[in-house]
Amino acid sequence: MLRFIVRRIAWAFPTLLLVTFLVYVALRLGTNPVNSYLRSNPRASPEKIAEYKELNGLGSNYVFGYFNWLQNFLTFNWPRSIKGSREVFPALKDALANSLRLGVAATVVGVTIGLGIGMFAALHPGGRRDVTVNTAAFIGISIPPYISAVLLQLLFAVYWSRWFGETLFPTSGVYPAGHIGFNPVLMIKHMALPTIVVAIQIIAVYSRYMRSSLLDVLNSDYMRTARSKGISERRILIRHGVRNALIPIVTIAALDVGAIVGGLIITENVFDYPGMGVYFLKAFGDGDFPLMMPWMVLIVASILLFNLIADVTYAWLDPRIRLE
Amino acid sequence: MSEIELPTLSPRRMALRRFVGHKAAVASCVVLGLLVLVVILSPLTARYGVNESVRKPPNSFLPPQKIAWFGTDDIGRDIYSRLIYGIRVSLIIGLFSAIIAVAVGCVVGAVAGFRGGFFDDVVMRVTDLFLAFPFLVALLVVRQTLGALSWLTPLVGDMSSVRFIIFLLAFFGWMTVARIVRGQVLSLKEREFIEAARAVGASRRYIILRHLVPNSIGPIMVALTFSVVGAIIGEATLAFFGYGPQAGAGTTSLGILVQAAKGAVQSGFWWMVVFPCAALVIISLCINFIGDALRDATDPRLDMGH
Repeated sequence: MLRFIVRRIAWAFPTLLLVTFLVYVALRLGTNPVNSYLRSNPRASPEKIAEYKELNGLGSNYVFGYFNWLQNFLTFNWPRSIKGSREVFPALKDALANSLRLGVAATVVGVTIGLGIGMFAALHPGGRRDVTVNTAAFIGISIPPYISAVLLQLLFAVYWSRWFGETLFPTSGVYPAGHIGFNPVLMIKHMALPTIVVAIQIIAVYSRYMRSSLLDVLNSDYMRTARSKGISERRILIRHGVRNALIPIVTIAALDVGAIVGGLIITENVFDYPGMGVYFLKAFGDGDFPLMMPWMVLIVASILLFNLIADVTYAWLDPRIRLE
Repeated sequence: MSEIELPTLSPRRMALRRFVGHKAAVASCVVLGLLVLVVILSPLTARYGVNESVRKPPNSFLPPQKIAWFGTDDIGRDIYSRLIYGIRVSLIIGLFSAIIAVAVGCVVGAVAGFRGGFFDDVVMRVTDLFLAFPFLVALLVVRQTLGALSWLTPLVGDMSSVRFIIFLLAFFGWMTVARIVRGQVLSLKEREFIEAARAVGASRRYIILRHLVPNSIGPIMVALTFSVVGAIIGEATLAFFGYGPQAGAGTTSLGILVQAAKGAVQSGFWWMVVFPCAALVIISLCINFIGDALRDATDPRLDMGH
């Protein structure tokens, strides 16, 4: 098992290098970092431009340029952003913290409700509850997150205050403009709508997973054995059913991280929530290469990490994989 | 004494029967059919031109009323008529990019599944990579890169054109199709009936045309349906963030209308939000239902339990 994990980790590093190299090439081709620097700093001296190119690894050769960039990145010699010449690390750190808060909240809410609903549906397959849950989940999957976000905004930003006289959930940011300090009530109110939007997607996906997974388990032989031993229905469901149904879901969950991040990016932008999504789209719009590369590295690394977790849990649960 | 008649149905009839049993899918077909009819008959059904205002100013942000059923937008254009033109462009984007995606995906998936080895590995790694990435980010980066390659411009067109969007979405669409076709080929390759055909000396062409293609047509149809919906939503996503086809030159699309909805929310112009969003949701829901029913209908294994 340990050998399996070590081998997988050893593989993750070259993959990370290769993917970041591809991202580097794509961004250099697509967003033309030198041009976007000149656009923001039209009167930059030749020395400044040379320094910018050197720090970002934007020499003529892609391979050397990449390693140049990598060296600066690893030695924490990060270039400043093009727009406003800000330090990249604090901005990235804040964005990550905000996104993690939203992502974790939405995932906890979404997975709990989704698994619960899926279980509820699987107990009477084909019944009215099952059909309702299935249809609702299907509709949830078919609605893109920005649509539900815009509709919720319309309801809460405009019509709620018009009907009831006060705003229940604000629709942008983490705090009201000008607020200083930590205030959990305000924060929860601000996070409620984005959390709901991301959670809808998660609920829809996970209730379907849970339903089909639990149905498979409930029809298996060991469930019959457990029942014939005279164990109570409740205990059978919890100890045998749900536990085994969760096994495939754990691996799927780790692979789903990219989709959740994608939902976060879209949702954050609709609600002006200052997380990774807003950070990226702003940087992308400005062609801000120094801001984009660390973001990309972070995203690629986390996707690889969760893939690794999925592989390892899978191997841990199914010994046949390890021997491959 | 009457003889007992055993129903003998061809696989196609069986599939049709299962499809018709799926009520939501049949309803979706009707709704979608009506929508397509309205869109095709746009010279008759649309009440104004794409960029025509309903009357002389003041005409902006009129709520729904007799001269504009779904209200008007910021420069006084009829949202009902613009929706029809928008759905037309979105359906064209969906259909064409799905067709390209399915064609490319079938060939790549079939070759990868048949040949295996290095080609298979590379294709699967690349698709893994793209599918693991957050969709919007991958879409934006590839969009910029494709647009920057000047030798591609004669084929894919200008970055703000509808043609470019079609190719861009097809670029993402083929991967899911290739995985499905590859899986299908891999599982069929080992089946007894293929082995039997090979044993009696059937040529490779015969096996492909008479066994593989008929057996894969179901999953391919399903993939085509989901590709259409994926492309329509993809276009809307791009346009929502301002990277879609440009609104000039007399075109509009569902994405452009939804993007306008984003700006109208805070002012409370609900008609600019609700109608475009509803159109997008209805289309995506209908096509998804049809795809779901197709999947159930073309999978003969599902019948064994009944």
